[in-house]
Amino acid sequence: MKTVKINQPVIPVGPLHPLQEEMECFRLTVDGETVTDIDMRISYNHRGIEGISQSLQFDQVPLLVSRICGICSASHPLAYVQAVEEIADVKLPDRARYVRTIVAELERIHSHVLWLGLAGHFIGYDTVFMWAWKYREPVLDMLEAITGNRNNYGNLLIGGCREDISDDLIPKMLTDLDEIEKKMDMLIKAVTDDPVIHARLKGVGVLTKEDAVRFAVTGPTARGSGVDIDVRHDDAYAAYDELDWSVCAVPEGDVFAKAVVRLLEVLEAIKIIRQAVKKLPKGPVKTNVKDIPPGEGTGRAEAPRGETFHYVRSDGGNRPVRHKARAPSYVNVPSFKASCIGQKLADVTITLAAVDPCYSCTERLAVVDKRTDEVLYDYNMLLKLSREKTEEIRRHA
Amino acid sequence: MDWRIWSLKKSPWVFHVNTGACNNCDIEVVDCLTPRFDIERFGMKLVGSPRHADALLVTGGVTAQAAHRLREVYRQTPKPCVVFAIGACACDKGIFTTGYHMVGPVDKIIREIDPDAIIVYVPGCPPKPEAIISGAIKALSAL
Amino acid sequence: MNSEELRNKLSEVKDKLIKTEEPVNNRIYLYCESESSYSVNKFLFEEVPLRFVIATGIDGDGCFEILYHYSYDQTGCVVNLKAFIRDYDNPQIESIAPFLPAAEWIEREMHDLLGIEFKNHPDMRRLILSDDWPEGVYPLRKKVTK
Repeated sequence: MKTVKINQPVIPVGPLHPLQEEMECFRLTVDGETVTDIDMRISYNHRGIEGISQSLQFDQVPLLVSRICGICSASHPLAYVQAVEEIADVKLPDRARYVRTIVAELERIHSHVLWLGLAGHFIGYDTVFMWAWKYREPVLDMLEAITGNRNNYGNLLIGGCREDISDDLIPKMLTDLDEIEKKMDMLIKAVTDDPVIHARLKGVGVLTKEDAVRFAVTGPTARGSGVDIDVRHDDAYAAYDELDWSVCAVPEGDVFAKAVVRLLEVLEAIKIIRQAVKKLPKGPVKTNVKDIPPGEGTGRAEAPRGETFHYVRSDGGNRPVRHKARAPSYVNVPSFKASCIGQKLADVTITLAAVDPCYSCTERLAVVDKRTDEVLYDYNMLLKLSREKTEEIRRHA
Repeated sequence: MDWRIWSLKKSPWVFHVNTGACNNCDIEVVDCLTPRFDIERFGMKLVGSPRHADALLVTGGVTAQAAHRLREVYRQTPKPCVVFAIGACACDKGIFTTGYHMVGPVDKIIREIDPDAIIVYVPGCPPKPEAIISGAIKALSAL
Repeated sequence: MNSEELRNKLSEVKDKLIKTEEPVNNRIYLYCESESSYSVNKFLFEEVPLRFVIATGIDGDGCFEILYHYSYDQTGCVVNLKAFIRDYDNPQIESIAPFLPAAEWIEREMHDLLGIEFKNHPDMRRLILSDDWPEGVYPLRKKVTK
């Protein structure tokens, strides 16, 4: 840990804060209510996946990488199989590309709605939390119907998909999508028109476009700052280049902008799935890939949180010699250095949550006065602080 | 029946510990709290501190860095308490068995400091919310 | 800038590279020695400019390789810069974190897992391994020294 000037209070956030792919420990240095420095420690969740992956065979690795992050369990294997397909020069069947698109987009809806619920929870707006998670359930049901599991779909193989979408399922999917769209529309209007949410999220945790480029952030974190990068569009994979959709980017860079990007993407995702289901080509859903020749390949996929990047090197054997996986949070999380400094303490929870590190760190948060090592605030009190601010705004609104 | 066990079985408050899970078990645990499954109807509630908890919901196969924190959380939990090992990783390290940074599984770490700990296994990758609820009910009625 | 202009732009640093490859469409591999990696990286990030994605450290054949992956988002091209560190027993390379904060974490990670020393890194603490992990044991090296 960095040595901190004496007399300057430090807030350790974590390390126990569940529901995040990387369990970090943040140390916020504060001056009164304002955060002046942030320091991070990760490792709590380091399972050595890159090491394990080198001891598995090529076709076993997708099951491992889908467990890098439970919420991105379609994007990581997708990036990995694309990297291997690049080495082996595999021509995918058309239907496989569409099934991949549908599963990836369903995952995006469920992840963004999950984030919205948690963001509501952090600012003391539990109605949003309960609503969002209730309307997320039909999406999980649809994923279960297609792949057989609510999460960790394990649907990707080198050269295709494990499970096909049966034709009986398609009419039900289309009616369910209409239902989900109606609910999302309602939810999105309710959230974006709410004066309390405006007051809590607008102008908070601004990540400028320059910082977004410097920290090389991706996904909604970048698109909320006006950097319109999206791998689905820039380096089109699966069936994205054959469907009509647009990249959502807004320039403000605050937490509200990131929320807007995510909500717009939910609607775009519904649009993409509907087109893909209607256009779903006939034919097989997998090809047989026998050998992986020596070589190296890179694969990218747009996960709900940003770009996942996988690099695979093969020496012609049946295992990868080196497999590098980069999760989007790996570049998004260090951008806290730019977005948190200068913020009020009550706004930090939502700023940290804006990058979508899930439950963020608030599960166990304690403010410690460096001089006496005395605990001043714990997680519950900070959450209370955050909620009282919402109450106050609500009274004045 | 010991009155402490009797009171443990009534509306257990749970504290959630992630020791290096992939998030899936964790979102399914939170799913249990939300409208469709709503375990609060059984009096179960997620609390923010292990000192208020009757049960620990442990997910993940325990990484080297998290092991010490798990021991500390277990020490801080009032006894008797129930430890739920949720998911394949928590039960037996799952797919991460060969990882160099894994020191688990959960029961090994807990038994190091308390050989008589009550440990409940809910396997699955991830276990469905129904499975988590069913595991909790079965464990509590077996006490 | 289209792919042709990107290739022309990249050829401005040709004298610092060993060779250039494009095995498949939109995937460019540049090879260089560790000594010139700092200036080539600076050129890629600031002059072209490309978006930094990640770096990969590899325990190769008698040398260490570091692959810096960059993305050019207008055409979806991935530019990989491969830097060779020939001194296997004492691997060292210039850190790129001073001008590229996005690379700070990955350099700390490579230091933990492969034991590569990054010169002039602003903050070289342990990142990814646990506090009680023994010094000098690098899990991603081919021969794990115990």
